[in-house]
Amino acid sequence: MVEFNIVQILIIVFALFAWSRGILRLRDKDISIGEFAFWSLIWAVVIFAAVFPYIIAWISSKVGIGRGVDLAIYVSIILLFYLVFRLYVKTDNQDREITKLVREIAIRDAKKKKKK
Amino acid sequence: MNVFIVIAAYNEGRAISKVIKSLQNSGYHNIVVVDDGSKDNTSQVALDSGAVVLKHVVNRGQGAALKTGMEYALRNGADIIVHFDADGQHRVEDLKAMISPVASGKYDITVGSRFLTKAKIPFMRKLTLKTAVLVVWLFYGVKMTDAHNGFRAMNRKAAQKINITSDRMEHASQIVEEMYKKNLRYKEVPVIILYTDYSLNHGHGGIKQALKVFMNMIRRKIFN
Repeated sequence: MVEFNIVQILIIVFALFAWSRGILRLRDKDISIGEFAFWSLIWAVVIFAAVFPYIIAWISSKVGIGRGVDLAIYVSIILLFYLVFRLYVKTDNQDREITKLVREIAIRDAKKKKKK
Repeated sequence: MNVFIVIAAYNEGRAISKVIKSLQNSGYHNIVVVDDGSKDNTSQVALDSGAVVLKHVVNRGQGAALKTGMEYALRNGADIIVHFDADGQHRVEDLKAMISPVASGKYDITVGSRFLTKAKIPFMRKLTLKTAVLVVWLFYGVKMTDAHNGFRAMNRKAAQKINITSDRMEHASQIVEEMYKKNLRYKEVPVIILYTDYSLNHGHGGIKQALKVFMNMIRRKIFN
């Protein structure tokens, strides 16, 4: 029987919770199946790392990083950067679309003083 | 020639009516004021003065506002589009000199330059403007005497080709960039900028803003 410490349990519970939110959002069609797969993979990796920390430790020693926790932190940071970049691109696009909308409304509602 | 004067205005209720009146008195009647989500009565004042008013529901920045005005002018058959300042910085007297090189067909676009005249320019403003000139030269290889002058006149072709995607203040450098990339024939025309107390106290030209413009130029260089 494997014994988990509190941190491991918390991580697993949180990951399961986050994953369940993902399922709900997929059901409401808020996210696509691809996005759901992406997040499922991430949470699966998190759970895997929490359940088998020694495997992560083994992998990290193979890639030349001392501790398993360090590897997890490095990977998380890279992932966060990637997500921030995606968000950035998205807000940029939204910004442009808002401008386009505002412009069309302005032109459509062009006002002129009525000549008497 | 169908000349459209495009004015981007944000909270200019105090100054705009005088600007519109002086344009009308000089014979320019296609005046398009783009109210960029002002919180004051800019729209009403401009409308009462006899301009066409396009209202941005929310503030999108000067670059976006100018583009809206240009789009409208193009759809309404403009031959020449002029960018003019809302708070009385530009002189109506300079309009003819700005427009005629374009009207004659020799140039696609003219840009005003305050450094081709002997007029006095406040030192701090000169410093930031000359830095902008240097940056534009480094970035796009375009040598101008004044890279951030908002006084422009362009023909239809130039207006169609120049794509302003920068909503905020950095549109000025983007227009220079577009001029260069799209091989437009451009000319700098000496103009006098009136630094009234009102316009000096009115936001633009600070170091903070200059830095912001610069950061956005770098960003555009990297991502686009």
